Amino acid sequence: MIEVSGLTKRYGDKTAVNDLTFKVLPGIVTGFLGPNGAGKSTTMRVIAGLDEPTSGSVLVNAGDYRHAQVPMAELGMLLEAKAVHTSRSAYNHLLALAQTNGVPRSRVSEVIDLVGLREVARKRAGGFSLGMGQRLGIASALLGDPQTIVLDEPINGLDPEGILWVRNLLKGLAAEGRTVFISSHLMSEMALTAHHLIVVGRGELIADVDVEEFVAMASTNVVVVRSPQAGELRGLLLGPDVTITSKEAEVLEVRGVSVEAIGDLAFDHQIRLHGLELQQASLEDAFMEMTRDSVEFHAHTTNDNHTEAPARLAQTAGDRR
Amino acid sequence: MTSTLSPARSEVKVAPGFPGMKVTQARVINSEFTKFRSLRSTNITLLVSVVLTIGLGALISGLTASHWATTSAADRATFNAVFTSVRGVTFSQLAVGVLGVLLISGEYATGMIRASLTAVPKRLPVLWAKLLVFTGVVGAVSIASAFAAFFLGQSLLSSKHLGVSISSPDALRMVVGAGVYLVLVGIIGMALGALLRNTAAGISSMVALLFVIPPVLSLLPKSWSDTVGPYLPSNAGEAFWGHTTDKHLSALAGLLVLCAWTAAAVAAAAIRLKKQDA
Repeated sequence: MIEVSGLTKRYGDKTAVNDLTFKVLPGIVTGFLGPNGAGKSTTMRVIAGLDEPTSGSVLVNAGDYRHAQVPMAELGMLLEAKAVHTSRSAYNHLLALAQTNGVPRSRVSEVIDLVGLREVARKRAGGFSLGMGQRLGIASALLGDPQTIVLDEPINGLDPEGILWVRNLLKGLAAEGRTVFISSHLMSEMALTAHHLIVVGRGELIADVDVEEFVAMASTNVVVVRSPQAGELRGLLLGPDVTITSKEAEVLEVRGVSVEAIGDLAFDHQIRLHGLELQQASLEDAFMEMTRDSVEFHAHTTNDNHTEAPARLAQTAGDRR
Repeated sequence: MTSTLSPARSEVKVAPGFPGMKVTQARVINSEFTKFRSLRSTNITLLVSVVLTIGLGALISGLTASHWATTSAADRATFNAVFTSVRGVTFSQLAVGVLGVLLISGEYATGMIRASLTAVPKRLPVLWAKLLVFTGVVGAVSIASAFAAFFLGQSLLSSKHLGVSISSPDALRMVVGAGVYLVLVGIIGMALGALLRNTAAGISSMVALLFVIPPVLSLLPKSWSDTVGPYLPSNAGEAFWGHTTDKHLSALAGLLVLCAWTAAAVAAAAIRLKKQDA
């Protein structure tokens, strides 16, 4: 379990994380989403005790990690930036880490086999590909058989087979009752791996929801209407909170009106429909929409803007297409 | 929070980790020894310092012996057989200082420090372990190579009957002192590496401290250079391992001054490591 409460971290006058509060629960894989510069890596560095919070606190398994007696059994960490001496072999890197906490030597070979680095374990880590480096990082994170596992961008640089392997590994670790917290830019991958999501933008919490809820929350659900009388239908649909875009002559993409309402309206006005389909937003779209919200919200100061946000967002989303 | 009710959630594992796991200072020392021996750059730099101590000592001793017939009376008067044989230390101190810087700045350069400090979040045990391993390994190697330089140098000097035995006055102080000096310089290098967190900056300040500041200081008015000069690390060091002159502190005072420099540098490094973001 990871409990982040009121976490604020400033570097000089730049605020990387602002009053962030969330919990990462054991037994499930929790994804950590946010655009670049949203404060994900900073938050993870504070969790690992590498950076001191400016204010607020972080608890790992209900304790302060910086005072942990058996740190490697509490927390296994993969940081986004490499954390391996390039001139040392993978085996010696893991051995040196294992020795600090009294992890048995046999475990070093075990994790090397687990991540599939047996062949190159005696080679310099500096010569490793990005994918091999990630596997070594994951091996170090798992070395102490930790209760909580935090991985920053674990999928970066892995091939499709490697991605599948990480996904199954993480799910397996969560099923054992561990806390698994991973950040990623690959939203589609998160949909397959994570069960719960913490979304941040500009260092602030945007959403703390299950994956399905997250997608449902997004406002980009689009109804695609195909009609030979598209122009006529367009005129009928237009309203204050409705956006309509059109890429082909007979196709309308409508936001802000439900499938049922469009169907009924067409029926009432005897407009032929050749197609009426609701397109659910992908996680990627939902994520873009979410973080845009935070950006929009920050550009204004009054709360009134927040309630207006969805309409305006639909507008900007429409312009984007 | 909805996820607490999630069906995916399962029982919390009772005991993560392995029996007997815990961070102890001895284990961190063990780990630092593994790190020290598993880097080729570390071993090469240490070897360079050995070659410089012994090789240059032998070279200077050999040249002194072969040119003795033409050596002026003034130079003969200041000649010291022990100092001549261990003089290579004035050069090998650079290799040892660089080794000290590299042992810590190398971790910052590669990012290894993040792994080291995540494994030992209390941080200071890592610094103490590095210092202890360095002192043990480099101390043993430096003192051994100072003895080797002494015996090799004396055998070369004895061709002109200039050689002395290890039991001659001050011989043991100078030979052991030369080895101790190297270790202290190396520890200052480690502290600089930890303070600056950068290899180039660490090595530059090491060179400045040992090779640039002393000659620059001698350009200042004599009252200045005479007051401050003896307290510089290199001069304080020469007071306890070199051929002392009236410009130097006493051997004991020199050792204490260099220890004070070292302690101050280590204290500053420890504070930065503990208090500042890694």
